[in-house]
Amino acid sequence: MDADITLTVDGAERSVTVDTRTTLLDALRERLGATSPKKGCDHGQCGSCTVLLDGRRHLTCLALAVAYDGSEVVTADGLGTGGGGSDLHPVQQAFLDHDGFQCGYCTPGQVCSAVGVLDEAKQGHPSLVTDDLESEVELTDDEIRERMSGDLCRCGAYPGILAAVREAAGR
Amino acid sequence: MRALEYLRPETPEDAVAALAAHPEARFLAGGTNLVDHLKLGITAPEVLVDVRRLPLDTVEAYDDASGRGLRIGANVRNSDLAAHPLVRSRYPGLSRALLAGASGQIRNQATTGGNLLQRTRCVYFQDLSTPCNKREPGTGCSALDGYGRYNAILGASPSCVTTHPSDMAVALTALDATVVVLGPDGERRMAIDELHRLPGDRPERDTTLRHGDLITAVELPEQPVAARSTYRKARDRASYAFALVSVAAALELRDGVVEDVRIAWGGVAHKPWRARRAEAALVGRPLDGAAARAAAELELEAAETTAQTAYKVPMVRNLTALTLTTLAEDDR
Repeated sequence: MDADITLTVDGAERSVTVDTRTTLLDALRERLGATSPKKGCDHGQCGSCTVLLDGRRHLTCLALAVAYDGSEVVTADGLGTGGGGSDLHPVQQAFLDHDGFQCGYCTPGQVCSAVGVLDEAKQGHPSLVTDDLESEVELTDDEIRERMSGDLCRCGAYPGILAAVREAAGR
Repeated sequence: MRALEYLRPETPEDAVAALAAHPEARFLAGGTNLVDHLKLGITAPEVLVDVRRLPLDTVEAYDDASGRGLRIGANVRNSDLAAHPLVRSRYPGLSRALLAGASGQIRNQATTGGNLLQRTRCVYFQDLSTPCNKREPGTGCSALDGYGRYNAILGASPSCVTTHPSDMAVALTALDATVVVLGPDGERRMAIDELHRLPGDRPERDTTLRHGDLITAVELPEQPVAARSTYRKARDRASYAFALVSVAAALELRDGVVEDVRIAWGGVAHKPWRARRAEAALVGRPLDGAAARAAAELELEAAETTAQTAYKVPMVRNLTALTLTTLAEDDR
């Protein structure tokens, strides 16, 4: 069964006809040419397909495109103020400054996830390592590690990723 | 993957009717488990009934004939529930259980109803090349003589030895949650302890729900002990891994004596395991590590272990004692 859907991808409204079995990740990559989110495990275990979906970090491999008709997707490519990424988002700049990657495959997902982490912390959302659930969130190293645990890096660039998120958090 | 008809009804009643009309239909909510199963071929429905956008997405305090408490819509995201001010202050054990599950991305996607209905992560259930009574009734259980570190130690049967993977459901079990279900014959309520079932000779059935039943809400009764609840999880990694064992507990002391206590275990059975014998053994007595371990031992008298699962007995016993004594210290 086919379905006509419309998505806003990195600021541009895009309409496409998809088979109902198509994941959001495949729709973005294969049908709409948005190749910034990467297919790593395709089973929700690695985080490399992470985007901001209606403003929140979200996997795209465990989402059917048809279910997100009308949604707004921001990929790592659309984070910069220049639209096409010409003007880097502070999190992207921090990843560059701190060598937060080696091969780069997981990086778009890491960057989107980090943007989500900063926003969640700003809203006061606790994590498992927050001692007092009702206190203000301070993004300590332990907090950053816990909150970024859904994004795996097979190169093991975690020290750089941690440093990048720490800087983007203003510490 | 089989061709899929996709439906998105606008009311819970229409969703139930749409599902009930198709024997091969399934509800889709956050999709974090079901979409994976569609890809793996573990399930192959003809129709998906998307319930994610149904207006079941609020958390609100209720005060009516049934009492007072918190009503959680089935579509409330795991992350939103964990961060909700009333959950953090009145049911901290539920917040911690939610935050112990999955990853930040998945918690933004996964729903309350879907979390309850997620299926086992047993490696054989997820591997179509191996026999599994839960996936294909009558084919046998590969976990009996296979990789069994995650297997159950309580309430298992020769047909299935797997465990329920949810963290959230363990906390809800300790906190006496009620599950609100809309079915083809109308709405009904059940204690969460009656939602999930032990495998017996029907391991393909995770729950007591019938085809067409839609979980619309979860209700948490107001009770003082819930404000002193917590959740601890033992696992292979510090984060983003399923439980080996876990403990949800709530404790109220008066002059050092246990006035009220709730204990539920994850990772030990086909359902969240409410440790009522252990609770009964603790009420009215002073709480210390030895008393907590003895109470857990009582509950574990029925445990059946293998060489691969024997570690779970001391692990859940000691984690229970650690959880309760920490709650007792916080109470002082």
